[in-house]
Amino acid sequence: MNIINFLVAAVLAGTPLLFGTIGEILHERVGHLNLGVEGMMSIGACSGFMVGYMTDNFWIAMLAAFAGGAFGALIYAVLTVTFMANQNVTGLTLTIFGIGLANFIGFYMLGKSETGTLKLPEQITAQMRGAKIPGLGSIPVLGDLLFSYNPFVYLGIILAIILSIYLFRTKTGLNVRSIGENPAAADAAGIKVTKWKYINMIIGGGICGIGGAYTIMITNGGVWITNCVGGLGWIAVALVIFANWKPVYAIYGSFVFGAFRILKYYVPKSFPIPNAFYDMLPFLVTAVVLVVNSIREKKENAQPESCGVNYFREER
Amino acid sequence: MSSQTGISKTEPLIRTVKRAELSKNRIFLLRIVALVLAIVAGGLFLLCIGYNPFQVYGTIIYGAFRSGMAIQATVKIMIPLLITSLGVALAFKMQFWNIGAEGQIIMGAIFATYFALFHADWPHWLLLAVMFLAGMAGGGLWALLPAVFKVKFNTNETLFTLMLNYIALNLIVFFRDGPWADPQSGGFPKIATFDANAQLNKVFGVQAGWIIGLVLVVVVYIYLRYTKQGYEISVVGISKPTARYAGMNVKKIVLRTMFASGAICGIAGMVQAAGSDATLATGVAGGVGFTAIIVAWLGQLNPVSILVVTALFSILEKGSSVVESSMGLSADCSDVLQGIILFFVLGCEFFIRYRFVTRKKGGANK
Repeated sequence: MNIINFLVAAVLAGTPLLFGTIGEILHERVGHLNLGVEGMMSIGACSGFMVGYMTDNFWIAMLAAFAGGAFGALIYAVLTVTFMANQNVTGLTLTIFGIGLANFIGFYMLGKSETGTLKLPEQITAQMRGAKIPGLGSIPVLGDLLFSYNPFVYLGIILAIILSIYLFRTKTGLNVRSIGENPAAADAAGIKVTKWKYINMIIGGGICGIGGAYTIMITNGGVWITNCVGGLGWIAVALVIFANWKPVYAIYGSFVFGAFRILKYYVPKSFPIPNAFYDMLPFLVTAVVLVVNSIREKKENAQPESCGVNYFREER
Repeated sequence: MSSQTGISKTEPLIRTVKRAELSKNRIFLLRIVALVLAIVAGGLFLLCIGYNPFQVYGTIIYGAFRSGMAIQATVKIMIPLLITSLGVALAFKMQFWNIGAEGQIIMGAIFATYFALFHADWPHWLLLAVMFLAGMAGGGLWALLPAVFKVKFNTNETLFTLMLNYIALNLIVFFRDGPWADPQSGGFPKIATFDANAQLNKVFGVQAGWIIGLVLVVVVYIYLRYTKQGYEISVVGISKPTARYAGMNVKKIVLRTMFASGAICGIAGMVQAAGSDATLATGVAGGVGFTAIIVAWLGQLNPVSILVVTALFSILEKGSSVVESSMGLSADCSDVLQGIILFFVLGCEFFIRYRFVTRKKGGANK
C-alpha cells in the first residue's frame, strides 16, 4: 500500500517540525518572534545526542535535549526580555551560535572517538524505534497508520494538545495570550509579564530542543552528522504562520509540511515537476498564507499584536 | 505610575529606568568592555574543553594574516559580507526588517548569471556593466515584493522576506537541475563555469569586488548622511506619523529604500558569482545574508563601522579555518565566537540606554 507508506512517512517527516512549531508558538504567544528555532533545535540535538552517547540512558538524553533547547531560549529571553535587545538580531545570532556550537562540539567529540564516528548505543536506539502498539497495532491499515510510530510522535501530539488546552482553556493561558497582544494592558491587570515570558520561552525552547534530538536520533538513526537540523527550524517558523499560532493546527500543519518534504520521493518520476519545486512548497504556501491573511485583515488569523516589540514597563 | 493608584506598595526589588544620554566616549568604552568580556567568555569556553585560549586566538589572528595569500582570502570573505551589510543597513535604518538579504543576493546572482551564460560574447566591460545592473535589478525587485505588500496590506515583512529566501534558494536548484544544467559536468549537478570574459577582473590578486565594496561604503555613507532621501529614511525609521505629518510620502520612501537595499544585496550576489565562484552555486549566499544583519547591527548601521566589523568577522572566519587545519578544532568556532560577541554587545547596549535601580535607591529618588 503505497499511500499508507506515504502517510506514515509524512508523519515521521513532520514530527520534528511539530516540536519546533509548538515551541515557537509559545514564544510568539508572549510577543517574542524568536528566529533562533534552528539554533535551539541544534543545541538540543547536540546536548541530547552527546548526553545519550555518554550515559546510555534514553530519558536522561531527552532531558538533556530539553535542557539544551531551554538554554538557548534562556539566552534569548535574558537578552530580549531583561535587556530589551532587538528580537530579530538576537534570534538570528542564536541560530548562528546554536548551529556553530552543535557542529563545534560534534567535531570535537568526533576527534576524540576511536572509530571516527559517533553512534548512539543500541539500548537507546531500540527504545526509539517505531513499534506497533500491542493489540491496536495489528488492526489492518489503521494499525500502521495510527499506532506504529516511535514515541516522539505521540509525545509531540500530546504536547500540542496539552499546550492548546493551556493556551485556550485555562485562565493562565488567557493571561499569557494577553501578554502577547498587549503587555502594557496585561501588566496593568496585574499579570506578571516578565515571569510568564520567561516561563513560556524556556519551555518553548526546550520543546524545540526535543525536536532537534529527533532529527539526529530518528531521522539519522542515532549517528552524528554536522548540520543535523538542516533548515527544519526555518520551516518551523513558517509553520507557525500556517498553523495560525494555534498548537492543534500545528499538528495538521506539520504533517502537511512533512508530506511536502517527502512528496518528491513518492510522485512518479514521469511527472514533469522539478525537485526544487517540492522543497520550495512549504515556503511558497506559507508566503501565500501570510499575504492572504494580511489582505483579509482578520485579527484572529494574525500574529500576536506585540510580537517583535519589546516591552519596557516605564515607557509612557 | 503604580504608586498613583495606591495598589502596589511593594515596588519591585530591581527595576529598569532609562538613563540620561551617555557621552560618546563612555559608549565607546562600554562597547569595548563588552567585546573584551566576549573574548574572555569565549576563552573560558575553550579552556573548559582543554585548549589554550591564547594559542587559539593567536592562531586565528596569525592565520588570517600569515601570508599574502591568506590576506587575499580574508579580503575575499569580506567582499560579499560588506556589500550585503550595507544593503540591509539601509532597510534597518527605516526600521524595515529585511531578513531577506539571503534571497536578494541569490536573485542578483541569478539575474547576472543569465548574461554570463548566454551573452558571454559581448565586450568584456559592457557585459560586466550589464551583469552589474542585472544583479541590482534582481535583488531590488525581489526586495520590492515584500515592500509592496507591506505598504498595501501591511503584510509582516520579517516573515515574508524570510520565506522569500528559501524560494530564491530553490530557484537556483531549479536552474541548476533544469534549464541551466552544465552538459559537460558528467551528471554532477552544477551550472557551467563562467567564460573568462564574464568574470570580474582581479586587482592586487583579489577580485575587483573589494573596490565596489569600498565605493559603496562611501556612497551609502553620503546617501544616509547628506542627502534628502537619506534624511527621509531616518525620519520614517523613527516615526512614520511624523514623516507623514511633515508631508513625506511614506509609501514611496519605503518602496524606494527597499529597492535600494535589495539592489545592493543583489550586487553582492553578482560580485560573488562573477568574482569568487565563477559560476552560480547554491551556496552563493551561504548564510552571508544572515551574518550581514548581525554585522549591520554591530556597526550601528554606520557604513564605516560596518567596514570595521566586517573585517573583524572575516578575520575570525579565515583564522578559524586555520585553527581547524592546524589545531584540530572545528572552523565552526568562528560562528560560536561571533555569537558570543554579539550576545555581549547586545547586552551592553542595554546599559547604554537603561540602568537598573534597586528598591532603596529608587525610593530615595522620589
